[in-house]
Amino acid sequence: MQFDHILIRYGEMALKGKNIKKFIIRLQENIQHKLKEYPNTKVKRTQGRMFVLLNGHDPEPIIDICKNIFGIQSLSLAIKAENDIDAIKDAALSALKSGEDVKRFKVSVKRIEKGFPMGSQAMNQELGGHLLSNTEGYTVDVHQPDLTIKVEIRSEGTYITSRVIPGLGGLPVGTSGKSLLLLSGGIDSPVAGYLAMKRGVQIEAIHFHSPPFTSERAKQKVLDLAESLTKYGSSIKIHIVPFTKLQQEIFREMPDGYAMTIMRRMMIRISEKVSEKESILSMTTGDNLGQVASQTMESMNAINEVTNYPILRPLITMDKQEIIEISHAINTYQTSILPHEDCCTIFVPKSPKTKPKRDKISQIESTKDFTNLIEEAVNEIEVVKITDKKQVAAFEDLL
Amino acid sequence: MIYLDNSATTKPNPSVLESFVQVSRDYFANPSSIHQLGGETERLLVKAKQQAAAILNVSQDEIVFTSGGTEGNNTAIKGIALEHQSRGKHIITSEIEHPSVYDTCLKLESLGFEITYLPVDQNGVISLKKLEDAIRNDTILISMMHINNEMGSVQPIKEIGEIAKKHPKLFLHVDDIQGLGKVPLQLYNSGIDLCSFSGHKIHGLKGTGILYVKNRTKLFPLFHGGDQEHGIRSGTENVAGAVAMVKALRLIKEREKKEVHHMYKLSDYLKNELSKWKGLEVNTPQRGSAPHIINFSVPGVKPEVIIHMLGEQDIFISTKSACSSKQKDESKILAACGFSKERTISALRVSLSYETTKAEIIEFLQALEKAINQFKKVME
Repeated sequence: MQFDHILIRYGEMALKGKNIKKFIIRLQENIQHKLKEYPNTKVKRTQGRMFVLLNGHDPEPIIDICKNIFGIQSLSLAIKAENDIDAIKDAALSALKSGEDVKRFKVSVKRIEKGFPMGSQAMNQELGGHLLSNTEGYTVDVHQPDLTIKVEIRSEGTYITSRVIPGLGGLPVGTSGKSLLLLSGGIDSPVAGYLAMKRGVQIEAIHFHSPPFTSERAKQKVLDLAESLTKYGSSIKIHIVPFTKLQQEIFREMPDGYAMTIMRRMMIRISEKVSEKESILSMTTGDNLGQVASQTMESMNAINEVTNYPILRPLITMDKQEIIEISHAINTYQTSILPHEDCCTIFVPKSPKTKPKRDKISQIESTKDFTNLIEEAVNEIEVVKITDKKQVAAFEDLL
Repeated sequence: MIYLDNSATTKPNPSVLESFVQVSRDYFANPSSIHQLGGETERLLVKAKQQAAAILNVSQDEIVFTSGGTEGNNTAIKGIALEHQSRGKHIITSEIEHPSVYDTCLKLESLGFEITYLPVDQNGVISLKKLEDAIRNDTILISMMHINNEMGSVQPIKEIGEIAKKHPKLFLHVDDIQGLGKVPLQLYNSGIDLCSFSGHKIHGLKGTGILYVKNRTKLFPLFHGGDQEHGIRSGTENVAGAVAMVKALRLIKEREKKEVHHMYKLSDYLKNELSKWKGLEVNTPQRGSAPHIINFSVPGVKPEVIIHMLGEQDIFISTKSACSSKQKDESKILAACGFSKERTISALRVSLSYETTKAEIIEFLQALEKAINQFKKVME
């Protein structure tokens, strides 16, 4: 007998009460979308569980994909057997033999279909006995087993599972609406995007590009980062804002110490306009309290003045080391540390104000009308769509 | 032409050559240059690295492009020895390593390192027990080949990896230059810290290679300079070579997946036929060896003469490994396996590729038989 199912358990979603159906259907769609390349697979919902029917596909790559889908608490390979004691015995034996480095095991039977003639306790003993007499070198250990063979007797059949593989948890992407991620190219913003996605948020991204001061490489870096994030959701649209003129104007006209805060305010204004146009209800940033001058309490207060859209700041209280660990885990770190100038690093004032005041900023800003430059930047936005299907790479024929 | 010397080098795949030419022509910029052309070239290099990492199931920053197997082996062994000598100066390797490992270890001996050369049995395989016994507190490195280049014997790398895992203070280097594309080797979670590959053994180009360096493995570099390849291998990157290497890697892995049975069948056939001949001894173990290398001896017959006689008919095989065939006398590898002198001085090696056909093998067998008979007649 072969593993023919992947059993999917959802954690927090189970607590959603009346709305649960919406979450489950979204999760099902997300899994289906990610398994497009495996045409024979099917994703099925049953009460409290979801199953991927493998229909002959190798389970390992499919497990690897599912491990990165938010909303899945854990998964297990499963064999579906008839509700018949001999069939269950056979399946349990295959499940045991498939385990690597297993010496001690236990059997745990759950009888959800109460019509099944044998009780759970009796089944535990019956199956344990069968496994011991048909193998060599195994012992039963109910306290510290290397492997637990779980047997779930349901009305439609019995599922036998062994290994439990942890998922990422969270909520299915798309169940919490859309947010516009300010993606700079540094370490923080991709991590912020990832964490927002973990809470079910679908991401669009915005990037401020200042050619010729910032290079194509800096832009490419951002596209690559977005591509890394698609692994956890679906395709990502990136709005690339030509920021050069506006940025030059700010640094030419505004007092040195305030230029940086004003630049951030411009970014938020432009981001709000994009959000409005795309029906996006919030923005997400990689802000982290106290990390740089723009991320002090006073700075955030002054920057936030220009919008009443909620700004999600998933990293706000994290330590740098925690952020770096996540960026390693989601494979964005190596790209993030590539040393290309971005719009936040080219014009750095010698001593930016760390405690800017709202009214002072507003007064300084009002000495110059930026409306046209903002309009112009918004109108010339380039939109790039990064899909999670492998891009037809430019270098494909070479490699 | 019947080319049966694929363990020495393989014929480059035309599409690999094409990539090399195209990249050399169109992406000639220095990938470290800041300008746009440099950027494009760097992106190509990164893509190549990503693809190599995906194929080998490791992470991108664990791939270092080298100039080939010898450089990979030297970088790994000297790199560990020099970097970690304060912790210990003991290295374990085997008696049947390729000169790029064996001679590197010999040289390190003259610098005060102590080397244990593990013996092998007649199948060319080390004893795990002896390996475990050899490990000491001051052991910093085990360097072990996966597939032997003369015998085709396979070392139990998986088990060696398990042993290495139990000694987190030492590093494990694997020379997989003959194994790549023929005998699968898992790197991820295997206990392997370093693994060398070469391009020209997999229908790529000479002067190209990859060294896998597991994260957090510190090496003293052979070359210092511009800090390319994470500082492990400074020097302007050979972008065209790297791209060619990765393309060759992709192509050989596809063939391995689909066609390795064909190669096993051919080598079984060849071994079977040869073992029927009187006066000829097959040195490669009948079971459990790599599919592409068949070593045999014809005692009393000078191997060089056979090679020349076959060469006249456009059939190319070799004696021992190409890298040591310029030294006369016996094969050190076969001697280490415990074969008699008359066998170790009369060894021939046939090595197949995925292109080799059964018809070629049959033709080779006929030519070989003729050559041996002719030789014996002259000597009588």
